[in-house]
Amino acid sequence: MELSALLLQVLNGLDKGSAYALIALGLTLIFGTLGVVNFAHGALFMIGAFCAVTLQKILTTSFITLDETKTDFLGKPLKIKTPYVEEWFGQTAGQAIIDWAVPLAILFAIPVMLLIGFIMERGLIKHFYKRPHADQILVTFGLAIVLQEIIKAYFGANQIPVPAPEAFIGSLDFGSLVGFDPGVVIYPYWRVVYFVFAMIIIAAVFAFLQFTTFGMVVRAGMADRETVGLLGINIDKRFTIMFGIAAAVAGLAGVMYTPINPPNYHMGMDFLVISFVVVVVGGMGSLGGAVLAGFILGILESFASMREVIEFIPGINQVVIYLAAIVILLARPRGLLGRKGVMES
Amino acid sequence: MLGLSRNDFLLLLFVLLLVAAAPMFLNPFPEGSEFAQFNAGYPDLMQRFVIFGIFAIGFNILFGLTGYLSFGHAAFLGAGSYAGVWMLKLLTINVIPAIVVSTLVAGVFSLIIGYISLRRSGIYFSILTLAFAQMSFALAASVLTPITGGETGLQTALHDPRILDGAGSVGGNIPAPSLFGLEMRHSWQVNVGDWLWTFNVGYYLSAFVLMIAFYIAIRIFRSPFGMMLKAVKSNNQRLSYTGISPRPYTLAAFVISGMYAGLAGGLMVAMDPLAGAERMQWTASGEVVLMTILGGVGTLIGPVLGAGLIKYFENIFSKINDNLLHQWFAFMPDGLEDFMVTIIHPFVGKGWHLTLGLMFMLVVIFLPGGLIGGLTGLYNRVFRRRSKAR
Repeated sequence: MELSALLLQVLNGLDKGSAYALIALGLTLIFGTLGVVNFAHGALFMIGAFCAVTLQKILTTSFITLDETKTDFLGKPLKIKTPYVEEWFGQTAGQAIIDWAVPLAILFAIPVMLLIGFIMERGLIKHFYKRPHADQILVTFGLAIVLQEIIKAYFGANQIPVPAPEAFIGSLDFGSLVGFDPGVVIYPYWRVVYFVFAMIIIAAVFAFLQFTTFGMVVRAGMADRETVGLLGINIDKRFTIMFGIAAAVAGLAGVMYTPINPPNYHMGMDFLVISFVVVVVGGMGSLGGAVLAGFILGILESFASMREVIEFIPGINQVVIYLAAIVILLARPRGLLGRKGVMES
Repeated sequence: MLGLSRNDFLLLLFVLLLVAAAPMFLNPFPEGSEFAQFNAGYPDLMQRFVIFGIFAIGFNILFGLTGYLSFGHAAFLGAGSYAGVWMLKLLTINVIPAIVVSTLVAGVFSLIIGYISLRRSGIYFSILTLAFAQMSFALAASVLTPITGGETGLQTALHDPRILDGAGSVGGNIPAPSLFGLEMRHSWQVNVGDWLWTFNVGYYLSAFVLMIAFYIAIRIFRSPFGMMLKAVKSNNQRLSYTGISPRPYTLAAFVISGMYAGLAGGLMVAMDPLAGAERMQWTASGEVVLMTILGGVGTLIGPVLGAGLIKYFENIFSKINDNLLHQWFAFMPDGLEDFMVTIIHPFVGKGWHLTLGLMFMLVVIFLPGGLIGGLTGLYNRVFRRRSKAR
């Protein structure tokens, strides 16, 4: 096996690992602050993806003009669709806006996801702090079904392709940058973007918690909620904001993932199960563990998909994440970086 | 009687009556009437009520008594199904070996998974069982195709060896699963007035098995062993301090509930000799959790009730379409009629999952003890208030 093939698998694992890490990060944030197991987190990821779809739909909303000089195959005047943005901003600028729908959707998704997060926390999750974890799992699971079905009712059950901006279509010849033969290790540009984006978000969340006063209070609240409350700090309000941030992180992960995998209504559930495995492998309540486990499992999954490995152990690509989870949980009961006494009853 | 207290015996009798008379009272609307689609008394649906009832009773022995929330019970159902179909293919078309072997295979399977998973508790246990189940699902759908039939599923075929009775069925048709020659799909239909009652062999076999399963569950709930399991749930640590290791008890509960799942899987293939990998997927595991919670965790009858309700809604709600809605609201003025149809439309037909999700949230939010918990609370409030005030 060549070194370049290994490098390629590491790169391939990074984008999926980034998605796992981002979702798991949000899950851990919610668990660490509010102590709630949120099964609707996958649905938030999915809603983020559909923010991109919605924005694309809004941007391509068109009016129809008749071109009398040309005719269609029935001999009637040709109908030409012109998106409103092209009308308003001129053709070049308009097309550029439509082309960049996915990055623009980030700006669109942040307020939407924050709002959804606040509503969810204040309207539902708030009442479940004192209830058993099983109840939390069940009610959020029900919520996830409801959210999925609403999306399905509006957007249908099929995958909706949302292309990346034209500038990012194509692949980076990563191998030639680090000294391999050209054309051996190639990596799509958008996946590079996704990885960098995920790293920025993760860094931002950690910096926010580490270097701001707000983050300091939140960390104190995670360690001992009661004492922080006794100091006269409204910790509930801050935790609500953290829930909104966690929702926004999941949403952004979804927005940027749309060009990699066209979204459909159950994509959230597909990611949720694995993300839970990621959180538990990383250690419940450990933010660093969630990110680490996300990338490790993502890369492991892509290694297991190599042809040589599958020939050696058939079917390993399907089960490697779960297998790794079982081994890690049995060897390290609290996950990779888990703390003592979290979620043990 | 039968080693049960008076109340438990009455409960058993009640369930017996319920199951035996189900073909009649599940068809409350006359055939051909407007509401006939709400009738649930057809064999396929009734079989599912009973089989999922068994599955949920078994799940409740683990979750309700010990508090260990398994998210991988569908794997045992699937393993049982595969074992059952193989028995039908290799041994005989008689369903008895299929049902027995599927229970045993699921028992062995759950012993292995339980032995490993029960080393952890809480959410770690849930994730371990989930991981095992997802692994089984992925393997069954891909690599194990020679054994499981992959994504198309495993079913009986014309040229199966069937070493016990294969010689007799060389004819043109694939034989249907039967009990000593009595085919599972055979039904007697009785017309009483406008009502049509269907008495199906498969249903009554499943119902018979359900009664046995229910009886065993009652005995387990009331036994010293059951008390031990409840002790695990209420305070695992204190139990350890008294010098008793909870592990053998929880493992036994896990294996018993796995065998119940396998039994349900065996019955499923006895009714319809087809097993697919999707039976093992985590959504199927989630479903049985929902059934148990909806009915009432830790209660005897709750899981059966929950299973029945979810299966009923799944069938009936998904059948309602716009035409039907228009019929119902035809008595209203046109504008109002369309308005009502538009409002109800997203909740029925293909959107019945939305109703399920909402119903589920409402139950968890307002009735933490499930339907049985809610009913008990209501009963206490109505009949016991006076005595409490005194």
